[in-house]
Amino acid sequence: MPGLWERLRGGLSRTRQGLGDRIRAVFAGRQWSDELWDSLEEILYEADLGVDTVSHLLEETRTLVRQKRPKLADEVVEMLRRAMIVDLAGNDHDPWYLPPERPVVWMLVGVNGTGKTTTAGKLAAMMKARGHQVILGAADTFRAAAIEQLAIWAKRAEVPVVSQAIGADSAAVAYDTVTAAVARGMDLAIIDTAGRLHNKAQLMQELAKVHRVTGRALAGAPHEVWLVLDATTGQNGLSQAETFVKTVAVSGIVLTKLDGTAKGGVALTIARTLHLPIRWVGVGESLDDLIVFDAKAYVSAILGETQGTSE
Amino acid sequence: MFDSLSEKLEAAFRRLRRKGVLSEADVREAVREVRLALLEADVNFKVVKEFLAKVEARAVGQEILASLTPDQEVVRVVRDELSELMGRQPARVTMASNPPTVIYLVGLQGSGKTTTAAKLARMLKDQGRLPLLVAADIYRPAAVDQLRTLASQLDVPVYYSEGANPVELAVQGVAQSRKLARDVLIIDTAGRLHIDEGLMAELEAMEKKVPAHETLLVVDAMTGQDAVRVTESFRQRLPLTGVVLTKLDGDARGGAALSIRAVTGLPIKLITTGEKLDALEAFQPERMASRILGMGDVLSLIEKAELSLDRAETEDLAKRVESGDFSLEEFRAMLQQVKRLGPLSKVMEMIPGMGAMGKLKNQIDDKSLVRVEAILSSMTPLERRRPKVLDGSRRLRIARGSGTTVQEVNRLLKQFQEMQKVMRQVKGMRKGKRGVPKLPFPPMP
Ligand SMILES: Nc1nc2c(ncn2[C@@H]2O[C@H](COP(=O)(O)OP(=O)(O)O)[C@@H](O)[C@H]2O)c(=O)[nH]1
Ligand SMILES: Nc1nc2c(ncn2[C@@H]2O[C@H](COP(=O)(O)OP(=O)(O)O)[C@@H](O)[C@H]2O)c(=O)[nH]1
Ligand SMILES: [Mg+2]
Ligand SMILES: [Mg+2]
Repeated sequence: MPGLWERLRGGLSRTRQGLGDRIRAVFAGRQWSDELWDSLEEILYEADLGVDTVSHLLEETRTLVRQKRPKLADEVVEMLRRAMIVDLAGNDHDPWYLPPERPVVWMLVGVNGTGKTTTAGKLAAMMKARGHQVILGAADTFRAAAIEQLAIWAKRAEVPVVSQAIGADSAAVAYDTVTAAVARGMDLAIIDTAGRLHNKAQLMQELAKVHRVTGRALAGAPHEVWLVLDATTGQNGLSQAETFVKTVAVSGIVLTKLDGTAKGGVALTIARTLHLPIRWVGVGESLDDLIVFDAKAYVSAILGETQGTSE
Repeated sequence: MFDSLSEKLEAAFRRLRRKGVLSEADVREAVREVRLALLEADVNFKVVKEFLAKVEARAVGQEILASLTPDQEVVRVVRDELSELMGRQPARVTMASNPPTVIYLVGLQGSGKTTTAAKLARMLKDQGRLPLLVAADIYRPAAVDQLRTLASQLDVPVYYSEGANPVELAVQGVAQSRKLARDVLIIDTAGRLHIDEGLMAELEAMEKKVPAHETLLVVDAMTGQDAVRVTESFRQRLPLTGVVLTKLDGDARGGAALSIRAVTGLPIKLITTGEKLDALEAFQPERMASRILGMGDVLSLIEKAELSLDRAETEDLAKRVESGDFSLEEFRAMLQQVKRLGPLSKVMEMIPGMGAMGKLKNQIDDKSLVRVEAILSSMTPLERRRPKVLDGSRRLRIARGSGTTVQEVNRLLKQFQEMQKVMRQVKGMRKGKRGVPKLPFPPMP
């Protein structure tokens, strides 16, 4: 959906704060010189890529620069761009595809406030628009009004929602959701879970239980577990991902709030070190503000466009 | 990941110390470690640069080079500068002389505004105030419900009127507070991006109609480099008076705190450490400095020590230990003091570097501490003073008396000998630090 990426990019340049603009200001049309390494480093750090990834990317680029001896700064930016895209390789997969065995069960997990409930609503609406029968499950039984919030999203998306009272066992809600999906011949059940900080062992065990019980309702479920990551998150994102991956079988990342000025670079670090694909990107608070992740466009959002990247 | 900056520095300097004299380049190497630690903690890139320029200026001076323990000195300089930047004194939420005091909570989506609004209401209520919450987030689904649910747990009223816009809600909230004789108005606003022109203008309009005494920016402690841009943008539009740093019960280093202070000078007034409504605390600058550097919560430990230890006794003990007088007698007294600090596992957690030493942590638990104490109590004072007299038959007697085994007694004596060795080594390095009582255990960086 290039239109949405355009919109996102439009948003970034509107602020005149996009890193891409800066990189263009510093690099465009200039001769390459070693002083520019510092600027590159700064741009990478400011995108939240973190110490390890920044050193790795600069090392890759340095090797290429030594071999190819580019004259122009733009060429070096291109080398860096390619190194970043390589790190995101394996991300080209149609996330809208549902395997033939129905219902398919998806689960959304993550720390507090990242956008799980909103993403559940968006996914429900978009999958429904693709002709699927979707049902939502309100397994966040902890946060005040989380159930009501999901109910509103269900209404917007025009899909049914399974819920119990606040304080109910979230595993039981997940179980109910899946059995309802089976009984009603649904194509897709999307289970929203409570936000939890990954360093809270007890809450992580509870999540593992929700996951287990879901599998008891339907063998093989949940088929996908999406880790919802806020793009404003810094290096803590990596330890979030590490712990969630250990607790439940995370299949990929939804990177939310990319409509702000944060670049969510830690997602690239996660993709690189944990081999988790980034699947979707959240770009707003409306029903259709969710786009399929596109590695090239994402890297351009960090580095900006140069002559080499006409699309 | 960095378990402990001080450990890294120590390792770096240990390598260097073998070379004999330290050079400026060596100190620079240490500063490089600090740089990586700060970047890994999400401190903004530019802030790190400026901060280290300051540190380096001091660190390369005579101060460090002449020191016997340059690693500790570098850490000290960094900590000093960091605390300076963070502000020495905890800042408070101020109340207006003419009620109602108006407090706005603003920030990005999902940072914790609504939860913080309820927590703040609870705190103020505990202080004898009469808060009124205003639900001014008309955008996020069920945001009003959320605030109402939280407030009902506190028995604090919420003002909301269906169909009113946020500016109207603020104005009506003031009227309502007069009617209900409430003296603090806490306005929970919708999350918004700092680049969302329409919504930023809306906040401006609210504050124009209902001026704030406090406008607190609520920032997630996990925030990365963007913290600076967000804070700057909000500050350009609104008279921010401080920051609330949320979700510090996580394991993020919280470098955003440093970035925000460095760039805007805004005080961090409160922190939140949980989803429950009592998880609101005053911000402790020094503690945050340690956290960012990954140095464990040394200050809590020191604070705790100050509260629980018998000062005269510990000072006397420290003096004896320092003069080389370290026998089982002192060891026993130390253990008794340590015990007063609480469960050993907790104490260990607060010591920097202990995170990395999982194994040791498992070995030293409260149960084994009880056994060690039993062994020590079964000895005579003479035996404790001069462990050399402990022959086989005495050891057997002690084991029987303490309900342990001879092997355990032997192990303890062996460990003690090693400790003595360490004590002798650190003796020379020990220097009293300003304002910090000397503690009867090995020095902490
Ligand atoms: N700007 C923006 N806001 C988002 C996005 N996704 C979610 N949000 C907002 O982030 C806040 C938290 O979202 P929510 O779904 O309740 O998070 P949860 O706690 O993880 O379920 C809400 O105010 C959402 O409207 C996004 O992609 N962009
Ligand atoms: N663990 C933890 N969660 C918090 C804290 N403060 C808020 N939250 C959670 O973060 C999420 C977003 O909080 P909320 O108050 O709705 O944020 P808002 O969108 O800014 O109003 C909710 O799940 C809260 O329970 C905190 O200090 N610790
Ligand atoms: Mg939610
Ligand atoms: Mg809110």
